[in-house]
Order: sequence, then C-alpha cells, then structure tokens
Amino acid sequence: MSKLLSAIQQNREWVLQDWVQRLRQAVRRRDLISDRELESEASEIFSVIDSVPAGTTLEDFGSAGWQPLKEMLAALSISRATAGFTPSETAIFVLSLKPTLFALARQNWSKDANDLFVEVSVANDFVDKLALYTTDSYIHGRDQVIARQQEEMLELSTPVVTLWDGIVALPLIGTLDSARTQVVMESLLQAIVQTNSRFAIIDITGVPTVDTLVAQHLLKTITAARLMGAECIISGIRPQIAQTIVHLGINLEDVITKAKLSDAFRLALERSGRKVTRADKANGSVAAAPRGV
Amino acid sequence: MERIPILRMGNYLLVTIQVDMHDKLALTLQDDLTNRITEVNAKGVLIDISSLEIVDSFIGRTLANIASMAKVLDAETVVVGMQPAVAITLVELGMSLPGIRTALNVESGMEYLRETVTGHEESDEDDGDSTED
Repeated sequence: MSKLLSAIQQNREWVLQDWVQRLRQAVRRRDLISDRELESEASEIFSVIDSVPAGTTLEDFGSAGWQPLKEMLAALSISRATAGFTPSETAIFVLSLKPTLFALARQNWSKDANDLFVEVSVANDFVDKLALYTTDSYIHGRDQVIARQQEEMLELSTPVVTLWDGIVALPLIGTLDSARTQVVMESLLQAIVQTNSRFAIIDITGVPTVDTLVAQHLLKTITAARLMGAECIISGIRPQIAQTIVHLGINLEDVITKAKLSDAFRLALERSGRKVTRADKANGSVAAAPRGV
Repeated sequence: MERIPILRMGNYLLVTIQVDMHDKLALTLQDDLTNRITEVNAKGVLIDISSLEIVDSFIGRTLANIASMAKVLDAETVVVGMQPAVAITLVELGMSLPGIRTALNVESGMEYLRETVTGHEESDEDDGDSTED
C-alpha cells in the first residue's frame, strides 16, 4: 500500500506549485495557452486528485474513485486537440507531474532505499497511466474532428442545383467511392422529389478518373432516378475519360451522354418542350428575317 | 379479404397502393388488375406507389410482371411516385425494372398515358371513321 497519495494530500500546496513551475517550463505554447489558464487547469486537476474518496489508491487507476479525474482529462485533451496542440504537447501536461512526485517521494522516503523505490515506481505507473489516458482521449478528439470534417466535405461536395423548372443538375467534384455515391444518390433523388424534376444532369467534369467502379456507381444512380420517373443525362466527359470508358468495356449505351453541361441542358430543355431563342430586340426579328431569306 | 382498390377513369385504371404490400396482396392485385383490364378494355394502367415505403424483390418482380401482363393485354403501365429509398433499394437488389415506365407523380403519369394512349385512340378512331366512310 503506497503512502504517496496521502503525502500528496498533505503537501498539496508545495506539489501544486512545483508542478505549475515545471509546466511553465515544459509547455511552450504561449500562443495557444496563457500561463494563467495553464495554472488554473493544473489546480483544477490537482483538486480532483486531492479530493478522491477514501480508499482509492494510486495503484488502481481503474477504480471508480478516479472517474472524475478521467473525465476532466478527457475534456482537457479534446479541447487541446481542437485548439491545435500536438499529442506530445498534450501528454507533457500530465507527464510533468512525474518529476514533482519523484521529488516528493525523495523528500519523504530518502532514508530507506526500498521505500523510495516502491513509491517512485508507484508514481511512475500512475503518471504513465494518466499520460496514456490523455493521449487516448486526444486521439479520440482528433478522430471526432476528422470525422466531422469528412461529413462536412461530403455534404459540401454534392450540391444539387436547379437549372430550370423541372431540371436539376449535380456537378460532381472529386473521386466517387461507395460512401460518396450513396450520399450523391440520396441527395439527387431527394432533390428530384422536392423539385419535381423530370430531368437530372450529372456533370462529371470534376471527376478525375472514371473506372469500372465509378461507372457502376453512376449507372446505379441513373437507374434509381429512372425508377422514380426522372431521366438522367451525363455530361462533362473528357476525352481521356471517354477513352478509358471504351477501353474498360463499360457499357454506357443506355445512358444519354453529352460532352458539355450546356449540351445536356439544351437537350433537357428540348425534351421538356422548351426552346431557347435569342431575345428579339426592337426590330431584331424583322431585321433578321430578310437576311435569313 | 384485404384488397387494393382499382379505380376506373375512362380508359385508364388507377391503382393507389396505400398499405404495405405483402406477397399475397401483390398476387391478388395482379389477378384483379388483369381481370379488370380485360373487363373494361383499359388502355392504360397507373400504379401509384408513393405511400409504399418497403419493397422487396418479390414486390419488384410482381410490379414488372403486372406491367408485362398489361402490355400483353394492350395496356400501357406507368408506375408513379417511387420514393428515393425504394428506388435505391431496388437498384441495390439489382432490379432496374427495364420494362416499366415511371413518372414522378400521378399528374405526369397521367400526362404520359394520355400522350401514348391517345395516339392509339386517334388511330382507332381514324380507322373507325375510314371504315364508316
């Protein structure tokens, strides 16, 4: 049974001061965090260590008594992750408690080498566990940030725009994978229902490569749109992509393809019984007629 | 027994599926519809599945069958109002239902039927006129 915890609680003023001093030397990110904040965070964490329920030991970090400390460390690491600290900068916050505890052990048990060794190794284990937990939480926080960004990118990258009454377009940018196809398909079909569109133009100018998988995804989307009663036109096929498609033996014969978005739009207008003409200026039509004749 | 009502509108039959389709119901619909087509000599069938939220491969196949059967009986079939989720499910099941005409809603479905079926009617009438003449 280690006596270190009670030693910490007895010397709380000294331990906290020593730790804060070491923190100031170790954490060199004045741009992200001020000394004052650092100090208040340290004292909050220290007060949690200080007030663990009786019977909680430093050896047993898994026990319920340490739960408040874990929660606090997790919150701290996640906020560090979002603020832009590196993993080591985050871990050093906890690790700098180690020399403080060693010094405390030395003060109290320097007479007996055996006691000293026991207390030092307990302190070592404890701080290591804290640091590992902090790093885990930090990575978890980072993962959350990445996942959120991915989600945002997915939503941003699949805008469905209405070109005309009853004609929607979906300009695709970036490589199509299964997850994105799902989002693309859903947002396109949803837009078809919402805008009551009979024509959907999928523009793949921004898709860098089209392989069999991408083509299959496209065909799926087109089939689903057709099942709902809308017609799909693919536009923006670049020469290289046309070559690839033919070389790969992908059958796009049942699909209407156009080279440019404008061609696809013109076709959709035609099919919906509309015609684009130049607006007549005052006497434009009269003047144009003789020239035509 | 549970049945899906089939409404008659002139030359067209209108079927609105409002309940979850199970296999038996789909087969009953297939029977009833083919009978009605011959009975009223319908030229077009409009099936509205906008309230249908769950479709399995059997229902998909039955819809395709109904369309083919109607075709044999000289009636155009148009399926309208398929939900996005249903369309995705059918595609994922590998059922692209190539024989079925689809439309966004009842209105555009009716429009399509009128366009295609009126052509027939006019030619029929023309034929009738010419024989009378």
